Amino acid sequence: MTTARHAGLAPARAVLGNGAVVIAKESKTTPAVTVYASLRAGTIYDPLHLPGLSNFVARTIDRGTETRSADRIGDELDTRGVSLSVTVDRHALALVCTCLAEDFAPTLDLLADIVRHPVFPDNEVETRRGEILTLLRQDEDDPAERASEGVLRDLYGGDHAYGRPPRGSAESVERVDRHALRRHHAERVSPGSLSLVIVGDVEPARATAAAASAFGDWTGATPATVEVPEVASASSRRVRVIPMMNKAQADIAYGFISVRRADPDYDAYRVMNNILGQYAIGGRLGDSIRERQGMAYYVFSALDANVIPGPLTIRAGVSPADVDRAVASIDEELKKLAADGPTESEMIESTQYLIGSMPRALETNLGISAFLQAEEYFGLGLDYDLRVPGLLRAVTRDAVASAARQLLVASRATVVVAGPYAGEMR
Amino acid sequence: MAQLAPFSAASHVYEEVLDNGLRVLIQEVHTAPLASVWCWYRVGSKDETPGQTGVSHWVEHMNFKGTTNIPRDKVKGIIEQFGGYWNGYTWIDQTTYTETATRDALDRMLFIEAERMVNCLYDPADCESERTVIIAELQGGENDPDTRIEQDLTAAAFSMHPYRHPTIGWLADLKGMSRDDLYRHYRRFYVPNNATLVIVGDVDTADAMRRVASHFGRIRPGDVVRRPQVIEPQQLGERRLMLPRDGATAFLKLGYRAPAVNEPDFFPMLVLDAVLTGAKGLNLWASFQTPPSQRSSRLYRTVVNERLASSILGALVPTAEPFLYTISVTATEGTPLVQVEEAVLAEIDRVRSDGVTEAELARAARQLRARLVFENDSITNIGHQLGYFETVANWQLTETLAGQIDAVTREQVGAAAAARLTQNNRTVAWLEPSIEGGSRPAAASQR
Repeated sequence: MTTARHAGLAPARAVLGNGAVVIAKESKTTPAVTVYASLRAGTIYDPLHLPGLSNFVARTIDRGTETRSADRIGDELDTRGVSLSVTVDRHALALVCTCLAEDFAPTLDLLADIVRHPVFPDNEVETRRGEILTLLRQDEDDPAERASEGVLRDLYGGDHAYGRPPRGSAESVERVDRHALRRHHAERVSPGSLSLVIVGDVEPARATAAAASAFGDWTGATPATVEVPEVASASSRRVRVIPMMNKAQADIAYGFISVRRADPDYDAYRVMNNILGQYAIGGRLGDSIRERQGMAYYVFSALDANVIPGPLTIRAGVSPADVDRAVASIDEELKKLAADGPTESEMIESTQYLIGSMPRALETNLGISAFLQAEEYFGLGLDYDLRVPGLLRAVTRDAVASAARQLLVASRATVVVAGPYAGEMR
Repeated sequence: MAQLAPFSAASHVYEEVLDNGLRVLIQEVHTAPLASVWCWYRVGSKDETPGQTGVSHWVEHMNFKGTTNIPRDKVKGIIEQFGGYWNGYTWIDQTTYTETATRDALDRMLFIEAERMVNCLYDPADCESERTVIIAELQGGENDPDTRIEQDLTAAAFSMHPYRHPTIGWLADLKGMSRDDLYRHYRRFYVPNNATLVIVGDVDTADAMRRVASHFGRIRPGDVVRRPQVIEPQQLGERRLMLPRDGATAFLKLGYRAPAVNEPDFFPMLVLDAVLTGAKGLNLWASFQTPPSQRSSRLYRTVVNERLASSILGALVPTAEPFLYTISVTATEGTPLVQVEEAVLAEIDRVRSDGVTEAELARAARQLRARLVFENDSITNIGHQLGYFETVANWQLTETLAGQIDAVTREQVGAAAAARLTQNNRTVAWLEPSIEGGSRPAAASQR
């Protein structure tokens, strides 16, 4: 019997002459390859007067190049059964696709053409503008979306890169034109901002050579870094209700500003978050709100430690009659964890879980690709997967208790409720 | 174009049926130190009666609430301490439970599933607590316009068959059901002769089989009394629903009565869907997490590229009995649904009269076969496919999927389109901000 990964992922990493980073990992689980291109061109780079620009780029970058029409790109993808996903988050524009191993070379060439030579044709810009406006309308009608966007806006402020809605507004989307898209691409998308991860049934040397062939002659200056200002945590509790009386369920988003990914206590915060709102069916929050009180189908917490201190958000969907009780229960669980810290058994369970779940997270090409991109983005090192168990085992109960005391202060929480709620929460 | 290497979810599957009727499928996959267990029951919302809708799904929830030998307070973490994940789902034909964890947890996973089969507690307080959790789940679905239109369209498309009611159940039934209703349903369907146990991963077949026999061998079979077979009467005319809503976005959904997975035109319909809206694959657990490659598909070009819609999605899922082929469209802001519907129906009329081209057929087949490879990228997904197909038909079908797709001809696709995508065979639902203003489908309803 043979098993994989005794020596960790051990990917091959190369830096091309133009600064592009290429990371390759061979996996023969299926005769397929995942290609994941990440560019430092996320929503933090949106001009203040044009929020939603990078999202617009994501929706149009693959709709025509200097040598390929949108239809031809569609044909080339569809003929190979490739689904190209283009997304944007705060920091990165990501183009991700999985193809059959035999289609790797032409798929990589197509992806390189899309990244390097988009032309943003006017007719495609207009078509995708209609799609974005429709999505914005759907967001406006979605309590979960309203609550989660609302809590980020209240935590960071509507003009801050972490606080503004990634899709912009209908008004800003109407103002985006082809020139703005081309300018954003020219300023932000360059070899120095590219991290290309290739995982699957292709030898690393061949993958790296193919990447060098596709991207090696790309020129362009590395874009200047944009400093994102840190935002201080709230000094008092803030509550906002977004009435949506035509809905059946209310969505609660309850948040704090947490820590940077590079914070020395990051792993303590990670374990704390797991105990609070992840472990099994939603950690302590799930035990209380779902299992004991039967109030919610979903309740969880999520930690997004990032380049600057990112949010820790708690989310729950409850009946309108249970909103006050659910928020009070969240308050109560935070108080208990902050006051008493975790139990010894919680420490053991969550640490075992976070370590033990790694083989599962690294089973698929896409899972490995996402892990390697995070490793590269945060500068964690190529051996990070091997170091994770030691980092987690080194987290002490005191460190987790301290993280909880620092962060989980209900009187400084920011709370947004969207849905058919007419109460007066405090 | 190079021929794809044969690839199948079902390579080297070991099959054994225990004396009590439990069917066991084991596939060794040694790419990661993991094992995945799926336990499938042939019970879903189609096995429910009026007044008891949602009982299968509620029972699934209750089967995570402790057993005779797993006290309630020991449930939490029972798999997570192995780095594992566990879950379950219920749909029209099936209820299933899964665990994926390190291979060392195989015995624990089998123990959990054996306990789940016979020893669940159904504590009355837990039943009451879970009632409100499920109602919260239902209300969360009601917040989603697509869930609402899907539910109402399905109810309208069938007049008799129990596929017509939502798996989560109707609210009044959820409020009225008792602990005894739940327990009776559990005892009736959770027997080894109504189940399939699937193990995939870094295991040794003989060792795994010994463990299975140890955990399940002494469970007694039961007498599963099934509902009488319900044959839905032929649909004799188009059905229409107009659903007003307060939001700003309009949605259109078409539902055509579709073949069951074992009917001859299922695979021609699958290819037809790929031509119309792009290939989705056949894995209910995994496929829909990846959007289809659909930019060259007919309906995408007709409604998305022409700015009538922001999205279009076709869905044909393998089912035990004839269900629906649906086409779901989100209209762009300001576009009347009548215009969207006319465009979709014009394209459907064209494929009914002219069929598909050789190039479209070849592309659809290749897309579908690529999706078969992509959707078998983990032991969890492979295990799902074996159990899913065994529950709706037979697991051997997973070995023939690529071949059946390749064998589909243009004539078969054209015939399936002509026979299935008729006006009399469809239900049309509109969900729109307002039906005032003359946007009723006068022209479209003439088809």
